[in-house]
Amino acid sequence: MAVSRPPAGRSSLPRLAALVALGGTLGTAARAQLEAALPAQAGGWPWTTFLINVVGSLLLGVLLESLLRGGDDIGWRRAVRVGCGTGLLGGFTTYSTFVLEVERLLQGGHAAVGVLYAVVSVVAGLVAAGVGVAVAAARSRSREPRRAGA
Amino acid sequence: MIALLTALAGGLGAAARFVLDTLVARHNRLSVPLGTALVNVTSCFLLGLLTGLVLSRPGLGDAGTVLGVGFLGGYSTFSTASVEGVRLLCQRRLAQAAAHTGGMLVLGLAAALLGVALGAG
Repeated sequence: MAVSRPPAGRSSLPRLAALVALGGTLGTAARAQLEAALPAQAGGWPWTTFLINVVGSLLLGVLLESLLRGGDDIGWRRAVRVGCGTGLLGGFTTYSTFVLEVERLLQGGHAAVGVLYAVVSVVAGLVAAGVGVAVAAARSRSREPRRAGA
Repeated sequence: MIALLTALAGGLGAAARFVLDTLVARHNRLSVPLGTALVNVTSCFLLGLLTGLVLSRPGLGDAGTVLGVGFLGGYSTFSTASVEGVRLLCQRRLAQAAAHTGGMLVLGLAAALLGVALGAG
């Protein structure tokens, strides 16, 4: 039995891209449904995109840090990272819609809301991702002593 | 039908992001990740272009949703940009983190403004 598989070469790129497409389809469907149900009001804070991006950043922080601490980026770990991280959460969150919302606010005479939305989104995304990474790190640390003592 | 096409377009967009990011990472010799920044700035330009086109030609509504919410929404990513920024911060590389986060935002906004102007013109 193979203990570890070599890192993915060029040949596995199409297979991984298919996993990303699958995850991205589901993530985009979820985002599109939320945006359609709760559209942004003209001149107002785009809450739907804001929450999608902050929650997605938190979840990606948890996911990537958990995978990183669990072992090498090969086999099922790489499949989960690429399918759920790059695909699902990458497709769920969006940078283009966020920036176009900022642009619409700036061009629509709501400069203060636009600038605030841009800065608060980016900072909240970083904080959320940082919290996600910290949570995954703490969980991994709390498991290690038990495993070592077993 | 539009909802299904939008979701599938998002999947294609995400796969395009993955392939482009993989190619950029293979050739990037800098210590700052560039793939996500390239993807996000180009997606802002293209969504601006699309927004400008839809504003001047209202008949493009459904195609605008499939391409804008679907393909370009799935192609761009906010969560990966956040995690990349946090990793730079965790490594105490503050200047790189600021350039990565702020540069992406400023260039993305400039690209979106250019796209809207070209699309509406």
